[in-house]
Amino acid sequence: MTKYVLYKNARLLDPASGLDIKGELLTKNSKIDALGKKVDAPDDAEILDLKGKCLCPGLIDMRVFVGIPGADYKDTILNTGEAAAAGGVTTVCVQPNSNPIIDCFPNIEYLTSRAKNALVKFIPMPAVTKQLEGKEMTDIGLMSKAGYKTFTDCSATIENAALMSRIFKYASAFDAQIVQHLSEPSLSRNGCMNAGELATRLGLPGIPTAAETIVLERDIRLLRSTNCRYHASQITCADSIEVVKNAKELGLKITAGVAVPHLALNEYAIEDYRTFTKLSPPLRSEEDRLAVIDALRKGIIDVIVSGHDPEDPESKRVPFEHAEAGVIGLETLLNVSLEMYRNGSLDLLDILSKLTCNPARIMGLDSGVLKVGAPADLCIFDLNVPYRIDPEKMVSVTKNTCFDGRPVQGRVIKTVVGGVSVYEYAS
Amino acid sequence: MSSDNAPFPHQHLLGIEGLNEFEIKQILDLADKYVEQNRRTNKKKDLLEGMTQINLFFENSTRTRMSFELAGKRLGADVINMSTSTSSIKKGETLIDTASTLNAMRPDLLVVRHDSSGAVKLLSRKVDCAVLNAGDGKHEHPTQALLDALTIRRRKGRLARLTVAICGDVTHSRVARSNIHLLNIMGARVRLIGPPTLIPTGAEKLGAEIYYNMEEGLKDCDIVMMLRLQTERMHGGYFPSVTEYFSLYGLDYDKLAVAKEDALIMHPGPMNRGVEIDAAVADDLTRSAIQEQVEMGVAVRMACLDLLTRTKRGVSN
Repeated sequence: MTKYVLYKNARLLDPASGLDIKGELLTKNSKIDALGKKVDAPDDAEILDLKGKCLCPGLIDMRVFVGIPGADYKDTILNTGEAAAAGGVTTVCVQPNSNPIIDCFPNIEYLTSRAKNALVKFIPMPAVTKQLEGKEMTDIGLMSKAGYKTFTDCSATIENAALMSRIFKYASAFDAQIVQHLSEPSLSRNGCMNAGELATRLGLPGIPTAAETIVLERDIRLLRSTNCRYHASQITCADSIEVVKNAKELGLKITAGVAVPHLALNEYAIEDYRTFTKLSPPLRSEEDRLAVIDALRKGIIDVIVSGHDPEDPESKRVPFEHAEAGVIGLETLLNVSLEMYRNGSLDLLDILSKLTCNPARIMGLDSGVLKVGAPADLCIFDLNVPYRIDPEKMVSVTKNTCFDGRPVQGRVIKTVVGGVSVYEYAS
Repeated sequence: MSSDNAPFPHQHLLGIEGLNEFEIKQILDLADKYVEQNRRTNKKKDLLEGMTQINLFFENSTRTRMSFELAGKRLGADVINMSTSTSSIKKGETLIDTASTLNAMRPDLLVVRHDSSGAVKLLSRKVDCAVLNAGDGKHEHPTQALLDALTIRRRKGRLARLTVAICGDVTHSRVARSNIHLLNIMGARVRLIGPPTLIPTGAEKLGAEIYYNMEEGLKDCDIVMMLRLQTERMHGGYFPSVTEYFSLYGLDYDKLAVAKEDALIMHPGPMNRGVEIDAAVADDLTRSAIQEQVEMGVAVRMACLDLLTRTKRGVSN
């Protein structure tokens, strides 16, 4: 049976085409069937009046972790899907450090079968090296041929330059792409926050920005002879931005991302050793934060991610140095990103491009756009409603958000995956 | 209002940062009185009678723990010592659980030392009694800075406008951080001297002038504070050798010659003789205040225990 849904009175926002009009969008089963100022819908179409609310492609989050150590794997995946749906995210790119580690084809199949009942689409990002150990490369060729072309060691940096060089060469033969975590181990191993005055004041070991930039510079030097596709997972400082900019000007196939906390917070969020602000890479100085926003505006940074990383309370209720790094973020990806629209840093479509069509292009997905024939993965949000972020109201089982109590404006009202509504805000 | 019954507006003593000049003066004035009491044959008072003080040391300590123990006993408190081996505290549950367990025993004072910065603050949120920080990681050691200040004030008559050089391993030192804060609040001039690898990033923004050369940094100083080289906190090489370190940054009479003639030498202890300080200098009774610091430590801690229990004892107003 064919099912039609007509979304009328919508503010249609499609960053890929620059579309921003009041209009209508019709979905037919799992695809977008028509869109425009006025579209012809069949008589049996379900009609939803959005009353002027925004409708954009469902968000694509390139950095999401599932699996809390010791917790049930399946439930975690399902809960991650629920949290994603509540955040308007229709595709999550799963980092490989789950249990088991996604470093071979059978484990990809295991994860995808586990994620079958999830509310949103799960795309595994397999490991670059076996067991994330940075020693031997995984079956990059076989997995690429099976359609999984984006590889990452997620929170580990591939330290060995010779291995990195071989990985770039090998991967380029399969059009595979490497996503690198930028953190030189010898400079960051004992650190837990940005190096500088505040770290000195708090007596915490610091991680200098050079730990990030050094890896980036090394990788780009190696990339110049291979032209492998490369994505810098999270950029947090001005020095790295300069390096990405130069690499792009050289014509290298490099893209870059940033996580929401690094856009919205600086190192002072740590205050009195708040472990919910411990991240890898760490929150940086205010100058670096502003530089990163500027790089987003200029298109040097392509993607905004949530870095969603559920941590159980016990791993956070410890002294700062011993706490696990990571925060949840799926439900604060859009609303906190919209702050940059509110304060005039970026245009609305520009922000949305970093959350939809840009990650879709990098990941090789046909979603992330409002286009006839594209998947009906949609995010409907109210741009204007103000409220405070309340962890207790979040869908995510773990509550380790760094935005507790933060006032935001903009709320996801409805999320649609493949034409099916997976989330509806209950006011 | 005399210092004997003035209120103290803090529930805990977690660091020097957050105190003001008046409060520091209040602690030092009261400590002065306890110095006199401690020099009498009958040193005991019943101020804290019936109160329980627990010294909870997650990191090894002899002098600080004993100093707090004496301070509590001289004020009449029941003092219990609890030491936890360093290896068992890595898990955070232990810290929070220990806090809850001890809290259920209804102590009035908790003196805590921990090897992680911020750990004492974390613990203070989980208990109802007054918490005194006896050193947390590389963050703060407030009673050490207070006893240093008392020592200086008794010898020099003031803290304001003195030039104080803090020398050596500043990076790993909570003593240095607390002293930088206190000396700035009290109007002294602070210099930090050490190899660049042992001066933490951004230290100048804490209110200190930085020197990498002892002869330049010690010039015309009133106070020379030496720090212990904390090799146990170092991962990897921070300096080439102890020989080179002592030669360049160890305090001996040659280097001391550029300081003021009556410059006072201090060290929080325990000393590494022949590493950061020459034995002869350390033992020079005319120049060194190292033994006096230990004496002032007990008095300062008595003052802190007194002040932090005032509200509970109902002596404040």
